[in-house]
Amino acid sequence: MNNDTLIPHIGVVTDIRIDTPDVKTFRVVSPEGGKVFEHMPGQCAMLSIPGVGEAMFSITSSPTNKEYMEFSIKKCGCLTNWLHMMDVGQQITIRGPYGNAFPVETELKGKDLLFIAGGIGLAPLRSVINYVRDNRANYGDVQIVYGSRSKQDLVDYDEILNEWMKDDNVDVNLTIDNPQNDWDGHVGFVPNFVKELAPSTNKTVLVCGPPIMIKFTLNALKEIGFTETQVYTTMELRMKCGVGKCGRCNIGNKYVCKDGPVFRYDELGELPDEY
Amino acid sequence: MQKAIIEKAKQMLADGSVNRVIGWKKGEFAYDVTPAVFETAEEIDRDFVYDVFTSSNVSKYLVKETKKEGKVLVFLKPCDTYSFNQLVKEHRINRDNVYVVGIECWGKADIEKIKASGISGIKSITNNEGTLTIDTIYGTETIPAYEVMAERCLNCKSKKHVDYDELIGEDGEVIETERFDMVAQLEAMTAEERYNFWREQLSKCIRCNACRNVCPACTCEKCVFDNDDSGIANKAAADSFEEKMFHIIRAFHVAGRCTDCGECSRVCPQNIPLHLLNRKFIKDINELYGEYQAGADTESRAPLNDYTFDDCEASVVHERGVE
Amino acid sequence: MLKISLEKLDDLFALAAQKQTLYIPADRKDGGAEFTKWENGIKLSNALNTVRSAKDFFFPQTENLVDFKMEGKNIEVIDIREESEDFVIFGVRACDAESFKILDSVYLSDPVDSYYKNRRDHATVVTMACNRPSETCFCSAFGIDATAPDGDAACYSDGKNLFIEAFTDKGKAFVDSVTSLLEEGDTAELEAVQAKTKEILSQLPLANLSTDSFGGDKLNELFNSEKWSELSESCLACGTCTFVCPTCQCYDIKDFNTGHGIKRFRCWDSCMYSDFTKMAHGNPRLTQVERFRQRFMHKLVYYPANNNGKFGCVGCGRCLSKCPISMNIVKVMKALEVK
Repeated sequence: MNNDTLIPHIGVVTDIRIDTPDVKTFRVVSPEGGKVFEHMPGQCAMLSIPGVGEAMFSITSSPTNKEYMEFSIKKCGCLTNWLHMMDVGQQITIRGPYGNAFPVETELKGKDLLFIAGGIGLAPLRSVINYVRDNRANYGDVQIVYGSRSKQDLVDYDEILNEWMKDDNVDVNLTIDNPQNDWDGHVGFVPNFVKELAPSTNKTVLVCGPPIMIKFTLNALKEIGFTETQVYTTMELRMKCGVGKCGRCNIGNKYVCKDGPVFRYDELGELPDEY
Repeated sequence: MQKAIIEKAKQMLADGSVNRVIGWKKGEFAYDVTPAVFETAEEIDRDFVYDVFTSSNVSKYLVKETKKEGKVLVFLKPCDTYSFNQLVKEHRINRDNVYVVGIECWGKADIEKIKASGISGIKSITNNEGTLTIDTIYGTETIPAYEVMAERCLNCKSKKHVDYDELIGEDGEVIETERFDMVAQLEAMTAEERYNFWREQLSKCIRCNACRNVCPACTCEKCVFDNDDSGIANKAAADSFEEKMFHIIRAFHVAGRCTDCGECSRVCPQNIPLHLLNRKFIKDINELYGEYQAGADTESRAPLNDYTFDDCEASVVHERGVE
Repeated sequence: MLKISLEKLDDLFALAAQKQTLYIPADRKDGGAEFTKWENGIKLSNALNTVRSAKDFFFPQTENLVDFKMEGKNIEVIDIREESEDFVIFGVRACDAESFKILDSVYLSDPVDSYYKNRRDHATVVTMACNRPSETCFCSAFGIDATAPDGDAACYSDGKNLFIEAFTDKGKAFVDSVTSLLEEGDTAELEAVQAKTKEILSQLPLANLSTDSFGGDKLNELFNSEKWSELSESCLACGTCTFVCPTCQCYDIKDFNTGHGIKRFRCWDSCMYSDFTKMAHGNPRLTQVERFRQRFMHKLVYYPANNNGKFGCVGCGRCLSKCPISMNIVKVMKALEVK
């Protein structure tokens, strides 16, 4: 009998980084060392603690990282609470990779890229950003707009400061929702910040964040002159199987776990408004 | 009867005393009626039906409907008024927002019984003074209505409306029934026989939740079986005990509040006689705490919610459970 | 065609059951038929169909997927799958046989569900043509001929004899296993019976149910129809329609702590349930209107969009008989129909 996709592999948590008060980043390798499986940027994996639950998370690390996978996870439910209580060395179960990926080897190739993220929405984009940075010659300009509630809520702040912002080929623009003593950067919501920055409309946009942020960002982009075919996002719905069978993430004739999670905005527009 | 009900509904909508009417809407066939909310005279003329198949108890819909703006007219059969009263007692229905018209009922037919008698391909059913003439693709059959009457109607506990603003037809009396006979038979079994009886019945359960969702006593905002944090929120039996647990816990939860409306057994797709679990509780309460009918009034304290010096001792309950 | 006298059916079952486990529709003593493991004394039901559909054989209500042993920080994954034994399902109606194709399109598409495939591979489906369809039948709306069911082998009754015909290798193996009881028979009477059944089928109250208003290309107008709120207003949000439906295939995966380890099992789930799409941070289908709509949109629009126009319903009529409030796909189709 072939191995079934529903039967998971074991992953070992080898590092836990505290990113924000409610986000931790977990490094996962197979018990023999090395990655449990290969993926493309934007793809997801099912992580589980047996007896607690199983859920879909986007793989935060870039496939160019050959040693391990990382998952930035926000504490918001039963399983994520449990994951946040783990210590290094804990085993979890992992299966995947699931879903499509951002079209880094096709449509995005050679393009000027604009990444727009809010809060934990950086998690899936981080994989693409680092993939692009590691294959820099294949892409044009890279501009990043990232915002969070506060400085403390910026995920991967160390990496942003020490790697992305020091990279001459990457233009990083950070913002936080409200002024704060130890912050001398931009203050304000992401959609308005995007309008202020007035990015060139020949860029291809990858956006991820809370639904309300995505909605207003899309409006802002349209105001500036972007079209829906230039914008990609990644979606989240409840999932159980990860392979388009259990029926849970079905919207219209699409299954987010299989046909998504990455959608171009014009494709999303064809689906019923149920997400 | 149907004519008088329809006239009443249209008149109250027309004079503005109510905004909506809860009743039954006719279906594709003679028997597949659906509870419905009507808002216009046209809808009522087109779809409203009251006949031998309008058996569903619509009182639970009032939990939702009486929270809305305006007043709603509802037609309740005698047994439905008990469920209604119990819901009023539990503050689940806003009594001020509903106008109750009690309607006479002489028992409802059970389509499953009709089909079980071999009748198939039903084109139409007419009720002529207690005789059902069933026209089918395979010929015409006549059956006395009482032969295919629902079990709960054969054991009707009351033709009396315990609450109403107005009546259509006659009010009746509380009836001495034999509804506890089957419970007594189960009690007479040995523990093993009884266990086997329930195991066979409950193992048919597909956990569709129809019994719970139709039950007028099950109006929790969030059922313990839907609460992931409860640890028992499985949609299927994880082990052989669990299917029993669901029904036993549910029976305990509605004990003393169940009016014996029988909707649980009516809707069960697997024909599990769930009402027997509830009747066992009712019978026990009657025997241990004195005769009590849930929903008979809105004031009295339910035996299980009330302490009196006459209450039976815990040891009595315990001894009854010992084989 | 090969035949056997209906009076000798028990012999046929006995012989077939010697070779592999045999399931036939039999009456429960408290009413309703269900597929029952044949043993001496079990009689073939006269009921038109079983209460639960035949999908249970391949997609059971609940099944264990994998076990885990937890020790300290370590987890052991235990593959508990076993090769299924060969079995025969006898007496499957045309509608249920068609439903297997719909389940196959989901579970056998890449990546193949090995649990489902295991049982499917080991099952021989012997179908039974209908002679006495009921008012709740509407299989013909989906192009199904109740007198000519699919399957590995099919049986037809003319009231005296049962004729049997094999379509696949598994079907031939089944026929071979009982061939000593079969004889060549004249099908003239059978053809007359079939013609009569066809005439009855054309006169059924739902014979003219039209699917013209549905399909993958009608997504937006149907999704945005104002009728959904009225159609769903008295829905109890139970899962009866889903669970008796032969084509409903959604499932949930849950873990159960036995005290000695964790069992991960899957069980039927229903889009009618409030927690179906509930996530830690919210629910995209907040009311019963959206959940109700999903079930019918899936069968009448989304499934056809992905399957060359084939609908996700086989017209078996189980939801028509079993819905506690008698709301069902036929009423939905008639209400949404564009005339």
